[in-house]
Order: sequence, then C-alpha cells, then structure tokens
Amino acid sequence: MNDYNFAYLDEQTKRMIRRAILKGLAIPGYQVPFASREMPMPYGWGTGGVQVSAAVLTPEDTFKVIDQGADDTTNAVSIRTFFQRTAGVATTTATRDATVIQTRHRIPEEPLTEGQILVYQVPIPEPLRFLEPRESETRKMHSLEEYGLMHVKLYEDISRHGHIATSYAYPVKVEGRYVMDPSPIPKFDNPKLGEMAAIQLFGAGREQRIYALPPYSQAVSLDFEDHPFEASKADHPCGMCGAVDSYLDELIVDDAGRRMFVCSDTDYCEARQAAGHKGKDAA
Amino acid sequence: MYVAVKGGERAIENAHAWLAEERRGNTDIAELSIAQIREQLSLAVNRVMAEGSLYDPDLAALAIKQARGDLIEAIFLIRAYRTTLPRFGASEPVDTGAMACNRRISATFKDLPGGQVLGPTFDYTHRLLDFKLAADGDPPKAPTRDAQLGDVPHVTEFLNREGLIEEATHDDTPPPDLTREPLEMPADRALRLQALTRADEGFTLGLAYSTQRGYGRNHAFVGELRIGSVPVEMEIPELGFAIEIGEVTLTECETVNQFTGSKTEPPQFTRGYGLVFGQTERKAISMALVDRALRWEELGEDNVGAPAQDAEFVLYHADNIQATGFLEHIKLPHYVDFQSELELVRKLRREAEAQQLQEAAE
Amino acid sequence: MQANTLSGGFADPAIGSAHAFRSVMEAMARPGTIQNIDGATPPAPLSPATGAVLLTLCDTETPVYLASDVNCAAVKAWLSFHTGAPLVGPSHCMFAVGTWDALAPLSTYPIGTSEYPDRSATLIVECPELAASGATMTGPGIKEQAALSLPEVEAFRSNRMLFPLGLDFIFTSGDRIAALPRTTHVSAPMGATKVS
Repeated sequence: MNDYNFAYLDEQTKRMIRRAILKGLAIPGYQVPFASREMPMPYGWGTGGVQVSAAVLTPEDTFKVIDQGADDTTNAVSIRTFFQRTAGVATTTATRDATVIQTRHRIPEEPLTEGQILVYQVPIPEPLRFLEPRESETRKMHSLEEYGLMHVKLYEDISRHGHIATSYAYPVKVEGRYVMDPSPIPKFDNPKLGEMAAIQLFGAGREQRIYALPPYSQAVSLDFEDHPFEASKADHPCGMCGAVDSYLDELIVDDAGRRMFVCSDTDYCEARQAAGHKGKDAA
Repeated sequence: MYVAVKGGERAIENAHAWLAEERRGNTDIAELSIAQIREQLSLAVNRVMAEGSLYDPDLAALAIKQARGDLIEAIFLIRAYRTTLPRFGASEPVDTGAMACNRRISATFKDLPGGQVLGPTFDYTHRLLDFKLAADGDPPKAPTRDAQLGDVPHVTEFLNREGLIEEATHDDTPPPDLTREPLEMPADRALRLQALTRADEGFTLGLAYSTQRGYGRNHAFVGELRIGSVPVEMEIPELGFAIEIGEVTLTECETVNQFTGSKTEPPQFTRGYGLVFGQTERKAISMALVDRALRWEELGEDNVGAPAQDAEFVLYHADNIQATGFLEHIKLPHYVDFQSELELVRKLRREAEAQQLQEAAE
Repeated sequence: MQANTLSGGFADPAIGSAHAFRSVMEAMARPGTIQNIDGATPPAPLSPATGAVLLTLCDTETPVYLASDVNCAAVKAWLSFHTGAPLVGPSHCMFAVGTWDALAPLSTYPIGTSEYPDRSATLIVECPELAASGATMTGPGIKEQAALSLPEVEAFRSNRMLFPLGLDFIFTSGDRIAALPRTTHVSAPMGATKVS
C-alpha cells in the first residue's frame, strides 16, 4: 500500500470532504452532498465513514473501530487494518484512549469527551427516504421544514400498535430545524446524541452525503406529548459483567434455545469484568 | 460458557488465503495469462472497461483474473483503482465520424455511403456448441480486403439534411462529471448519458426491453450501429494545439425514434444515443433506448409512469458497484438493529396477548 | 518575488493539511475556542494562519475572493501556485479573505439556497488579535457560553437570522484561529459588572 497517499485518499478528495465537514458542522443535521469516491471496500460497508475518517485523521491519532459495538467483528477489523496500513495510526479498543472512533450502529457506553471525534457509517442518510423515495422531493421537504409526513408515519404506528414501531435509526430533530437520521443505532443510544462533548460526523458514501452534530448540540428524538420517546433495551443485566445500564446482544447458547444477554459494547464489558464485576453467566 | 468472538483478523487472513487458492484452481492445469484473457475473453474485458470507466485492456484482464471471472467484482477493482489516478486533463471530444469501423450497420437504409459492414458479430451464428473448440485448433484465416479510407458519415445526418430528424444541437459547455460531483437531480442529458455508459449492462438491457414492451414505448429503429477505433486527442497547453495521445475502440448506436410534432413544428423523427467503450453492442443499443425514454419531458411527451422514463429511478439504481455493495452489506452483522426489533415485537405481542385475554374475560 | 511564490507551502502537504484541518474543524465545531495552526508561511499581508487555512481548503474547485487589502501580486501569485484557486468577485466566491473592514459589505456574499444552504461563502477574516474576551457567544458547539474578540456584534446577529442560510467565519491572527458558524448567537460584551 506504500504507493498510496497518507490515509489513502488523494489531497484533492480530502479537501472536498473537509469542506463538506465544515459546512456540515455549520448547519447541524443538514446533509451536505459530496462527491464520494470509490473506495477499496464495497459501498454499504462503511465507505462514507472511511472517507470521513481519512479526512480527519492525523498521524498522532489513536483510532478505534466498532461494528455493532464490538471491536472484533470482521468488518471493524478490516477497516482498522486499512488505516493502520495507510495512515500508520495507533489503534486501540479502549474507548477512552481513542481520539477518533469510527462506528457502525452504536454509540459507546462510556461517555465521550472533548478530545474525541465519533465518525458514523451511514447507509441511508435521508430520514424521509422510506416515506418519499425521491431525492428531489425530500430535499424540498427539508427546505420547507415540512416534516408532517414523518409525524403521520409515527402516529400511524401508535394507532396500529399502541407504540411507535421504530426501534433503530430513530429520527431526531437537530437544533429545532433539520430532522436527521442518526444511522441505524438502536433508539437506546438516541439520548446520547444530544449535548455530547465529542464531535459527531456522519458519512454516507454510496448516498454521497456528509452531516454533523457539533458538540453540545440539541438532538431531540421525535415523539408526541401522549407518547413520549422511550429509550429501550432488553430488560436484563449483562450475563458477563452484570451491567444494567448497557445495550445488550441476545445470544442463543444451546440447542434448547436458552438465551443469554451480553453487552454489545465489548470494551465496556471487558473493562467492567477486569474491574471485578461479574454477571450470572460468567465463569 | 460464552466467550466473546475473537480472532476476526486471523479469520480474514485465512479466508483470503483460501480465496487465492480457489482462484488458482487445480495447479495441474496451466495458469491463465493476462494476455490470454485480454485476447480470448475480449468481450468480458470490454464490459469491465466500460462499466469500470477506465480504458485499459490489460488492467481489465488482470481484474477479471483476480475476480475469478466475476465481472462485477472485476469492475469494482477497476473503479477502486481508477479513483486513485491523478487527472491530467480532459481530451478533445472524439469524432466518431472519423471512426475506423470494423462493424457498421444500419437498420433504416439498405445501402448508404460507407456501406454496411457486418464485422465480427455473433448475429448470424447458429447457436450450436462448437465442440471443435473444446479440442482447440486455430480457426482458418478470415478473408480480408483493403480498408476504405476516409470518414464514414452518420446515417442521421442524411435525415437531418431533409429536416426529418430533430437537430442535434452543438454545445461546447463542458459536461458535468459524475465521478467528481455528487449526482444531482434533475440531471441533464449529458450527465444521464455519462451515468448510462457506465451503468450495469443487465439493468440497462432490462429497462430498454421494458420500453419495447410498452413501458414508455418510443419505437426505436437502429439508425446506425458502428464499432471501431477513434483517435483520442488532447490539447497540450504548452504547445497550444491538440495532439493524438492514443486510440480507443468504441461502440456507438444512434436510434431513430417515433416522430413527434406540434402545431408549430411538422412531425420529425427523434434520437436516442448510446456510446460505450469497447465492442459492447448490447449495451450501446440498450443505452440509446433508455436515453430516448428519459427524454420524454424535453420532447413534450407524456410521462406514462414507466420505469425507463424515471430519471431518478434509473440513475440512482443503474450503478452495479453501488447496488452490489449495498445489497451485499446485509451479510454484515446487524445484531444491534435486529435486537431492537426483537424487543419491540416481543413487547407488542405481549400487549396484544394481554388485551386478548382481557377481552375474553369480559 | 519568485522564491516567495514557490515557498511557504506545507513541508509535507498530506500531514500539514491534516493537522491544519483538525485546527479548523475544532474551531468551527467549538465556536469561540482559539486553536493553533501552523505550517504555512504565505507572503505578507497574509498571516501564517490564513495561509494554512487556504492551503488546507482551497484548490481549483474553490473560487476565492481577495478583498482589497490582501489583493496584491505576491498573494495572488502564491495562492495561484499553491492552490490553483480561481480568483473571483465576492458574489461568486466560496472563500473570501481580508480584514473585517475590507470584506464589508457582507450582503454581497453567497448565503446558500433553501435547498442547498451549504452553497454559501466562508469568510477568512484577518484580525489584529484573537482573545477569549468580548462578545458573548452561545449555540451549537458551546457548552454554556463563550467569549471572543469579534470585530462587531450586529453583523453576526443579522447573519444568525438567516439560518439555515448564512455565512460562516474563520478568524485568523498570527498562527491562531477561531471560528463562528451561522448557528452562533452573539450578544454584546456584558462588561465586568455581572457575575452570576
């Protein structure tokens, strides 16, 4: 990989992405179009996040990649290795040691701090896309702040199911203006989006959009007075570390279909276990 | 006992090693060379160049070898390589009227200046497996004749002289560049053509076929189909004039489509256009049909709601690298999203059951 | 003159611009904070900070407006050699450079459109100094409130009213920068009288 530039992308591409990031920070929640490049990994596998990471990384950074909360899933490993090779950055699995964290579908349990940047991989950046497939229409709806359709959809859920039937990629309104897709994080993570100390950057490669949440921004999950937003998770403690406040993966552990619940954030779980916390399924 | 999954890195390395072994296949069989692929699987090479947007037969052949013959994977390799190349500038527009044609046919006129040249086509082969090929053996030499020199005029120009076909207006505005700017709607024709020329062949074929079957029918005649090589010229600022920097093989298809007319304009034929790298005839014809279908608005036709008339639908779904990436990404773990759905469905079912019980009790 | 034009870029463009961008991004994400930025030595009257911002963000795709006080042969030649950015008037620029007075009036710069509010100018303002005192700032990126030595208050208040359209500002002085995106609410300095 020696023939490639620092962090893979050529400088002109990085400048284009950097300009988009700055406009994204200046207009929180608004999707800035950018000329996404073909990356050496497939569209849909984090090319947006990878391009944003490539544009923000410096050689002094410590980089962490999580997929579904875990550092060791294959695609997280693949992306981490990519930047080890192309940017020579140090990597870590410890949330608190990382300066740049690229994530797919989770926000780490441990609160992030001012020195950190959280880069999200986004598959479908447009929160209105499944209500209106046309880009020309959704762009108009954002410009007119016309979000009625979204409320109608959520309310239809309530009348059919008694609840809002969106459990991940739950839309938020940013700074009272733009409705934003927070990427497919579980709605359990939504309350962490607002007032976060770290910079949050969102990259959608195939859909060619970048957007951002500056630190300490408002990001309010859409809801109704009679049906307030509720962050939910499996009602169990972690089987390994006993945590009751973390998002859990559900595992099937034997042929009889017995279940076990374990932290999806592997670093959080391991750190707790190392500190002596023990769940009921731990050895 | 549950142990968190570790060793993703080793799993990936092992998978890559296995893949490399499978790619090579049985080592008792001679290995394919790049030159063999380039020379003997040239239509696959052409498709990879066209949809990869990079004219380099050797690299395309290498990509096909590396991709084990999976052409979309090969196109992906070429695209990912292409995006790292520095851009020195833009060539002059190529002049297909000066093409050295090795195939040139018209379905609208029996004979015309430049003549009909069948060229190396499958068209009239009987599709019978040729078992002689299994035992190799070089084919007999094909007869030759001297090449006709000089330009080969476009069929549509003859129609244009009589005003029978819409004027193709000359426009020197640099076309937008899909590879440098995000795709934006509405897309003008230049941008649509750029997207179509690198669009997936199968998708383009299916759409074109749908117009023939009535979903946005525009009744196309192949006015002309030509395949051959054209010189590529680039202006060198230091010299102040254009010099030839190479030669590419192109397939160009111009369709002559159903006429329109209005109170102010008498009826005339309209045009569809396809231009694709390499010998890629099916793709070029498909492209021309889809191009014509997408022009409904400027030609004052009705939008009948046909897929091929819907520019957003066509352009956002025609790229096989985008499509295959997103399609295949559903193989990645979705534990977290799935878990949140699982919880929600359980909760909704619990409540529904409780309500049923209550109703039964009342 | 020739030597000055060719020199003054980042010693290692990929690394230099990566560092400089982080400073710019931190500044834009946390309005009111003052960041160090170095690596560029542009010709006078540009500050090293302005030079670094231009090298990091500008190229042939970004039209730049040089306000009268920085629009000299040395700056034009340097910018052109290092970035290739086309020079344009204020109404067509993506970036504008100059002192506050020379950049006025603000009404001439593109503020974006309702469908594309990102298509708006970023003004790079050369300041005599930058200090964390003066006008009070609140808004996204600011925990409670911040203070910055802004050249004035009213212009930023009017700009805020345009949101989501509007201009974004980068202030430079020596080797330091701060920023003010269109989302920031600015109010006049409170003086030292009130302590809450």
